[in-house]
Amino acid sequence: MDMFNDVLSWILLTLGGLAVLIGGIGALRMPDLYTRMHAASVTDSLGAILVIFGIMLQAGLSLATIKLAAILLFLLLTSPTSSNALASAALLAGTRPLDDADPDEREDAS
Amino acid sequence: MYIVVTLATIVTMGLALIRALLGPSVYDRVLAVNMFGTKTVLLLSVIAFLYGRPDFLDLALAYALINFIGVLAVLEFFRNRVEGGEGEVR
Amino acid sequence: MTDSAPRAPRPLLRAAVLTAFLVAAWLLWSGLYKPLLLGLGVFSCALTVYLLQRMGYFSSSAFPFRYSPRLLGFWGWLGKEIVLSSIEVTRHVLAPKVEVSPRTVRLDVADLNTVDQALLGNSITLTPGTLTLDVHEGRILVHALTKEGADALKEGEMQRRVRALRSR
Repeated sequence: MDMFNDVLSWILLTLGGLAVLIGGIGALRMPDLYTRMHAASVTDSLGAILVIFGIMLQAGLSLATIKLAAILLFLLLTSPTSSNALASAALLAGTRPLDDADPDEREDAS
Repeated sequence: MYIVVTLATIVTMGLALIRALLGPSVYDRVLAVNMFGTKTVLLLSVIAFLYGRPDFLDLALAYALINFIGVLAVLEFFRNRVEGGEGEVR
Repeated sequence: MTDSAPRAPRPLLRAAVLTAFLVAAWLLWSGLYKPLLLGLGVFSCALTVYLLQRMGYFSSSAFPFRYSPRLLGFWGWLGKEIVLSSIEVTRHVLAPKVEVSPRTVRLDVADLNTVDQALLGNSITLTPGTLTLDVHEGRILVHALTKEGADALKEGEMQRRVRALRSR
């Protein structure tokens, strides 16, 4: 059981590290602000979930797990809020998102 | 085994810093700084276990709070500047 | 923006529940039971409740703690969606040449109340590949990384699930 726990948490931590890294690479490679935000949200949601669940498995049933759960909950509640604030502030300032759709089926962002 | 995650997080923080330096708009920089902050929270949580110092978790939570409020405050500041009509923010 | 389930708000009960939660959180976190720290705890709990009272939190009908058991099921589904769309975004990030087809779409959510609109908007943002740009007058403006993502959103599975949280 202990062994199983360890392996599972190791897998979660490694995948979490990968997700974090991919988000970072995406934030560099993507062409404009909004697409970069999509990449950043990989680290913010999936990366955080995997890493913190991985550590939680190591911590077992203890106060640390409760604290980790609180951290994860807080991250997941606030990251959409700040992304939203960022997106709407950028939109308000006139940063247009890239849009590939045909001009006649485009739903304008005004 | 925490070292893998620690390294990945630190590298990503470096990438976020590069994005923050490249810009080009102020919002890209805010995005990068926000990412940097979330990664700091994760890094602190991992370090708490890497070095067996559970009190780092409290720091992580406090940092998450500060990061959130900080990003919102910066955005509010720029929004006011845009509405105040000082032209393009760079 | 209709407020479904207009249960009469019970401000005192809510305030009591929240105070109990805050006190428990303080005791759990500090782990030190000295008079000074306990005093600070009492002060900060009282301040929080007072500020929330001033914001009208206890008397508003939008109380986020209302639908707890079903929310867990929704979170499970959302977790699955986050994993799936993360894989999708990863494919685009790691592709030798970044080929994305970003677009903006509007979702009509006038049939949800404001709390559910916020829940839907935040869930959309939390899922990589889709991002809520603006919520305005019952419409959500969403930016999607790919055409497929935009089409999946328009199909409205997430919207259905958010709506199902309320119906009892």
